[in-house]
Amino acid sequence: MTSSSISPALAKGAQKPWRTKTFAAQRRAVLLFIAPFAVLFLAFYAIPIVFAVVQSLLTVEREGTFGAPQEVFGGFVQYQQVFQNTEFWRSVGRVVLFGVVQVPIMLGLALLFALLLDSPLLKGKKFFRLAFFAPYAVPGVIAAIMWGFLYSPTLSPFGLITSEVNVLSAELVLWAIANVVTWVYVGYNMLIIYSSLLAIPTEIYEAAKLDGASNIQIAWRIKIPLVVPAIILTGVFSIIGTLQLLAEPQTLRSFSSAISSTFTPNLAVYTTASVPNYHLAAAFSVVLALATFILSFVFLKATQRKVSQ
Amino acid sequence: MRRGNSPRGPRHSIMSRTGAMLIMGVFTLYFLTPIWWLLVSSTKTGGQITGTAPLWFTMESIPTFFSNIGRLFTYSDGVFGRWLLNSAIYAGLGALLGTIIAAMCGYALAKYEFKGREAIFNIVLSGVLVPATALALPLFLIFSEVKLTNTLWAVFLPSLVSPFGVYLARIYAAASVPGELLEAARLDGSGEIRTFFTVSTRLMAPALVTIFLFQFVAIWNNFFLPLIMLRDQTLFPVTLGLYAWNSQISQIPELRVLVIVGALVSILPLIAAFLALQRFWSSGLGAGSVK
Repeated sequence: MTSSSISPALAKGAQKPWRTKTFAAQRRAVLLFIAPFAVLFLAFYAIPIVFAVVQSLLTVEREGTFGAPQEVFGGFVQYQQVFQNTEFWRSVGRVVLFGVVQVPIMLGLALLFALLLDSPLLKGKKFFRLAFFAPYAVPGVIAAIMWGFLYSPTLSPFGLITSEVNVLSAELVLWAIANVVTWVYVGYNMLIIYSSLLAIPTEIYEAAKLDGASNIQIAWRIKIPLVVPAIILTGVFSIIGTLQLLAEPQTLRSFSSAISSTFTPNLAVYTTASVPNYHLAAAFSVVLALATFILSFVFLKATQRKVSQ
Repeated sequence: MRRGNSPRGPRHSIMSRTGAMLIMGVFTLYFLTPIWWLLVSSTKTGGQITGTAPLWFTMESIPTFFSNIGRLFTYSDGVFGRWLLNSAIYAGLGALLGTIIAAMCGYALAKYEFKGREAIFNIVLSGVLVPATALALPLFLIFSEVKLTNTLWAVFLPSLVSPFGVYLARIYAAASVPGELLEAARLDGSGEIRTFFTVSTRLMAPALVTIFLFQFVAIWNNFFLPLIMLRDQTLFPVTLGLYAWNSQISQIPELRVLVIVGALVSILPLIAAFLALQRFWSSGLGAGSVK
C-alpha cells in the first residue's frame, strides 16, 4: 500500500556519489543516524522475538517426581499443547467474533461521521471533531474503569437500563467490551478518514454537482472510493488491536466474574506466564503474533487487489 | 469549511440538515457523557456516588472535590504522585528520545542512498505490523535473562523504539526537505549532522510533533508491558496504578473514590494537550494514509 507510493519522492534526495570526500562523510552520517534506532530495534524487537521462538521450542523435564527441573529442547511439544488447548482457541474464537462485529460497526460509524463533517450539512464542525476525538485521550484501562462503573447497576446513571439488563453477564460482556473499544477509537478513525477526505480537491465534486448529483450520491460514488486507502489503514490497525485485546477485559474482570483468566489470547498469555509456564506462554505469543501478522497482511493484499480492479 | 456556506440546491433540505445534526448530537452525548460522569463523580464522597443524581453536582461539590484530591495525593504515602511522575518519564521522556531516534533514522532512509536502504525500510515496515502487546512477553523473557525486570529500564528502554515513527519520518523528510537545500548546505561546508539538527529538523517540525504524539499515546496506553514487568508499585505508570487500586475496591471500598478522582486527574492533562495540539494531529494522521 505504502512503500510503492512514497518511493518517487525519495529519488530526489539521492546524492551524487562521484565526490568521494563528501561521499565518505555522508556514509559516516548515515551510520550515525541509523545506529541508535538499529541498536534499539535489535535489542528490543528482533532479539526478544528470536528469544521467544527459542523459548517456545524448549520444555522442562524432571528426573523422577522430585528431581531438579531442567530445560531441554522439546521441538514442537509446546505447539502441540497450543493446538490442543481448547481454552486458547476459544479465546481466539471470541476475539474473531468480536472483530467481525465490532470493527465494521466502528469503521462504519467513523466513515459516517467523517462524511458528515465533510458535508455542507453540519454547523459547529470543530466542536464535533473535538468531542468525538476526546475519548482517544483516555487510555484503555481508564476507559474500562469508567465504563465498568457505568455498567454496574448501583452506580450507573443509566440505572434504569443496567438494573434490567446485566451487560456484565456472560452473554453480554463481550459486547460491553466492544462498546468500550468503540467509544475510545471511533473518533481516532474518524479523523484519519476525515483528513483524507480533506485532501480530495474540491474541483472533483464540482462537475458532479453541476450535473445535479445529491450529497449522498457524491459521498457514495466519489468520496468513499477515494478514501478507501484510509479505511484500509484503519482496518489493519483495528484487526491488530482486536487480536491483541488485553487492557479492557483485564480491567473489567474486577467488575464482572464472566471474564475468565483466558478470555482473550493475550490474557491467556499473561495467565500462562504468571503460572509461570514461560515456554507455553512463549508458544502462545508466537502463534498470536504470526496470526496477527498474516491476517493484517492478507487483509492488505485482498483489499489492495479490490481497489486496483 | 472549504466549500463555505455556498448556496445549496433545494435537495439539501432542512430535513437532511436536521438529520445530520441529530445524528451528531446523539453521538456527542455518547462520547461526552462518560467523561462528564467522571467529572461529576469526582466531586462526591463515596456515599454520594451511589446516593445522589449521577450526572449532577451536590451542594458540597467544590470542597468535596478538593478533599478528594487531597486524599488522592496522600493515600499510601502519596504513591499516586509517584505514578504520575513515572508516566511522565515513560511516556514524556521516552517519546521525546524516541522521536529524535526515529527522526534520524527516517531522515537517513529518505535523504541518502546507500546499500541495504530498502532492506532496512522493509524491516521497519514489518515492525509496524508487530503490535506492542505481542512483544511484552518476549521482552519480559529477555529482561529476566539479564535480571532487569521490575526496574524502570524494563519499561523505559523498549518504549524508545517506534517503527511507525521511522516510517512517518521518512515520508515527511522525503516530502519536506529538498535535496537542493542539503547540497547547498554541503557547499557551505556544513557537516551532515549539523545540517540535520539545524536545518532539516526545522523543516520537519510538524512531523516531529506528530511522531511525538503518536509515540506518547502508544507508551501511555501500553498496559501489558508494565503489567508483566513491574512488581514494585513505586515504579508503576499511572494506568497500572489505577488498575491495581481498582482491583482492590472489593476489599477496600474507600478506593473507589480515589480511582474515580485519579482517573480524572490522569486524563485531563492528556485531553488538554490533545486540544492544544489538534492542528498537528489532523495533518499528521492524514499523512500516514493518503500519501
